[in-house]
Amino acid sequence: MHRDSERLKLFNRRVALLAGGKVLLLSGLVGRMYYLQVVEAARYATLADENRINLRLLLPPRGPIVDRFGRPLAVNRQNYRSVLVPEQTPSVEMTLERLGQIVAISPSDKRRILREIRRKRAFVPVTVRDNLDWNEVSRIEVNTPDLPGVMIDEGQSRKYIDGREVAHVIGYVSSVSEKDINSDPLMELPGFRIGKAGVEKVYDLALRGTGGSSQVEVNALGRVIRELSRQEGQPGVDLQLTIDIELQRMVNKRLAGQSAACVVLDIHTGGVLAMSSTPSFDPNAFNRGLSNQEWQDLVSNPMAPLTNKAIAGQYSPGSTFKMVVALAALEKGVISSTNELFCSGSLTLGNAVFHCWKRSGHGRVDMRKAITQSCDVYFYEVARRLGIDAISAMANRLGMGAKLGIDLPGENTGLMPTRKWKMGAMGTPWQTGETLIAGIGQGYVLTTPLQLAVMTARLANGGIAVTPHLAHDIVTPEKVTPRKSGDFPSVGLDPDHLKVVLDGMTAVVSSPHGTAHRSRIDIAGMEMAGKSGTVQVRRITKLEREQGVRKNKDLAWLARDHALFVAYAPVHAPRYAVSVVVEHGGGGSSTAAPIARDVLLEAQKRKSARPAVIEQDARNYHRAESKG
Amino acid sequence: MHSSRFTQSQMTVGQKLLHIHWFFVLLLVLTASIGFVMLYSAGGGSFNPWASRQMLRFAVGFVLMIGVALIDIRIWMRYAYVIYSIALFLLIAVDVAGYVGMGAQRWINLGAFNLQPSELMKIAMVLTLARYFHGASVDEIRQPLFLLPPIMIVLGPAALILRQPDLGTTVMLLLASAAIFFVAGVRMWMFAVVALIALISAPVGWHFLHEYQKQRVLTFLNPENDPLGAGYHIIQSKIAFGSGGVFGKGFLMGSQSHLNFLPEKQTDFIFTMLAEEFGMIGGLTLLALYTLIVIYGFAIALGARSHFGRMVAMGVSTTFFLYVFINIAMVMGLIPVVGVPLPLISYGGTAMLTLLIGFGLLLGVHVHRDVTIGRRGSTEDF
Repeated sequence: MHRDSERLKLFNRRVALLAGGKVLLLSGLVGRMYYLQVVEAARYATLADENRINLRLLLPPRGPIVDRFGRPLAVNRQNYRSVLVPEQTPSVEMTLERLGQIVAISPSDKRRILREIRRKRAFVPVTVRDNLDWNEVSRIEVNTPDLPGVMIDEGQSRKYIDGREVAHVIGYVSSVSEKDINSDPLMELPGFRIGKAGVEKVYDLALRGTGGSSQVEVNALGRVIRELSRQEGQPGVDLQLTIDIELQRMVNKRLAGQSAACVVLDIHTGGVLAMSSTPSFDPNAFNRGLSNQEWQDLVSNPMAPLTNKAIAGQYSPGSTFKMVVALAALEKGVISSTNELFCSGSLTLGNAVFHCWKRSGHGRVDMRKAITQSCDVYFYEVARRLGIDAISAMANRLGMGAKLGIDLPGENTGLMPTRKWKMGAMGTPWQTGETLIAGIGQGYVLTTPLQLAVMTARLANGGIAVTPHLAHDIVTPEKVTPRKSGDFPSVGLDPDHLKVVLDGMTAVVSSPHGTAHRSRIDIAGMEMAGKSGTVQVRRITKLEREQGVRKNKDLAWLARDHALFVAYAPVHAPRYAVSVVVEHGGGGSSTAAPIARDVLLEAQKRKSARPAVIEQDARNYHRAESKG
Repeated sequence: MHSSRFTQSQMTVGQKLLHIHWFFVLLLVLTASIGFVMLYSAGGGSFNPWASRQMLRFAVGFVLMIGVALIDIRIWMRYAYVIYSIALFLLIAVDVAGYVGMGAQRWINLGAFNLQPSELMKIAMVLTLARYFHGASVDEIRQPLFLLPPIMIVLGPAALILRQPDLGTTVMLLLASAAIFFVAGVRMWMFAVVALIALISAPVGWHFLHEYQKQRVLTFLNPENDPLGAGYHIIQSKIAFGSGGVFGKGFLMGSQSHLNFLPEKQTDFIFTMLAEEFGMIGGLTLLALYTLIVIYGFAIALGARSHFGRMVAMGVSTTFFLYVFINIAMVMGLIPVVGVPLPLISYGGTAMLTLLIGFGLLLGVHVHRDVTIGRRGSTEDF
């Protein structure tokens, strides 16, 4: 009983203490109530009656994109637009009507505005007109008393310097569409643009930055009276590409007028120095908004200007594939480099005849000569001995038949057929004849220009499995870290085998009998090695063969051969790899080889290091640019 | 009369009804009526959609409350651990198979309605701790080892509710439990030690949280991170609050709330609406009612003969007080935004039900105030 009373006393004491604590807390509430409703009442009454606090999201500046020397490719420019805050106007319809008398608002704009107003919260401004000129801005400013809820908003718009030159690499930004909307509040901002193609798309989150916010006091008309507080966002990262814009421009000039693609790679790093796909388009037009006609012109053009053929175009590699077959043959030991085969101009398999491009035949041919003179019969025979699976396996190791993972959207895989693949895809077994055709890079075999460039790079660098990339550093929304060089694995090629193939490629250009001898580089120390390819897009019938194959220039454009060339330079210490594909361009050696030569010559003449000072100057330049 | 109070287990239902603290019940009805008025205003001067449904819920809860009050508190004590086990089982069930709603896993779908086990746990925790400490002597309470089981009893559900994630309820549960430990007589220095351990282990626990949980905690600690969400709400709440002044803008005249500047005006931010329309006078009136309810809760606790009853009454009163304090402090921008409703006023069924059951227990303690229960909860009194 004594213990119980002791416990009760303790309990009562503690209850008293707890009650005291609660009284303290309640006094805190009463004090706060007094502060808000008596001391600060007048201030809050003003805020409530006449003014309101609005929260504005601050658009972070989108990160600029520069080339490998820091020259600006994409920057931000100031622009003015009129926006409407739905909750600040008594009648949206009437305000739009009045505004329409001052600046032009198209019916489709009006529909979009009304749709956006329905979708967004009432205090989120909606863009009425973008890219206003000064005349329009001042007319709206003068009429503000009649335009409740209408404001002029200063924004930034993306500007692509040399847009057409790098359109397929850079891509473009465009308005947020319904399906892009996610939890990022920036999406709701008027005039907000997101990357829709190219590196603008791949690195969109990093380039975008994060939004800040600003608390502003606005009056009943929605005019901002003052800013109460501001929380800065985080600007987007500076994205530096491995592209050399001047080399890129030169490549474009060489391809101009053709439906073509060209890729220039640094064979040691995998950095893309130039990636061209012609014809091109103006990415600035997408930012501005394309007219229906402009869009129709782009999508109906048979030369597919919107497709980046360098990564999405899939072509038979033709004779440029012969290095792959040769390496597979040496590794499997189905032939030695000195073994000679006899080319009579054709090879018979069962009752099918496979022709060499040279009707009279090459005579006795070893591997070097077969590459140099591009003897088809030699590779028919070697392919027959290898079988398709061995050929495809080697092609895979050299970067073909699968995506290389370049930092661009829309990369295609190409196709390296296998027995299993054909059974799965066609339901019929593989034919030996198909192996022969694959041995000269035709038939089912498909590659992208990027894969051809990577194959050439991997041959030229001694079998290091470089992968291509466009961003100079590894860029994530969180951070930018420099790429580590030299962490590519080896594809495991025997140096002796490689030497045979590279010697063959050298002779293609240097030997008077080589298919591309006319396109050689005569400057000592800058010589190139390469391999031509000519891909037939139509079937040459037996009848036509007998009557004489028609020359390309006599054919309709779409029926002409594709011209291909892969090359690297300089021969003595390889540095650059290039692939050229000209759709329906005719012969690889006559059309594509001169382009590859000019490009490699230009690349070698250019400074490829990144002098830090130049880079910094350029960055300062485009910073100033984006502010102005 | 005197003897009948000593043998309340033999009281008839009619006698028990007479012993119900009707003044306390009147306080509850008055407070809830203020809620109906505010919900009528929030509905733009209409009983639909909120006021009418809230009145119906209160009526149902009211009957339930009286029912709970009539049940002998020894029954509650006997089944305290069972109720706790059921609540714990449901919490685990929610974790495993819970219905995911509002971005958090808090409900369990029972077909007719969605049960929120964390609400049930608030009641179960009070009963369980009260039963545990009922048998404890002053000496035992001073033994750290003796305190280990009740600490586990608290931390288990707290961790589960935190996982849902529902930081607001977790904090409420921990604070209410701490208050019970406090009145049970746990020595002061032990609270200091626990606070210290919590402080030290916080950074360690941080690593075990998911990224989204971390984000939630950060937003909880700093609503400015969320300028269009919680931050926006609190700014608008303060404007509405302050602009109400001493006398308010008048019933149905709250411009901020009626122009939809005040978010969730019918639930978490309803006190702001009251303060805008009825000013400080209105706010203080409601606060006075709440204070009276707490005071009577304390009085009931002090008047109970059984330690179990005392602890239950303190637990319920303190939980109620925490609801009031956290909600009002939040809408006035004193503490970070947490989703805690204003008791008896905010629109919503689950919290109302929990509260009325709690008040039923409190009333039951008063009805059975003279019942004595043996130290070990022995059946000698049954």
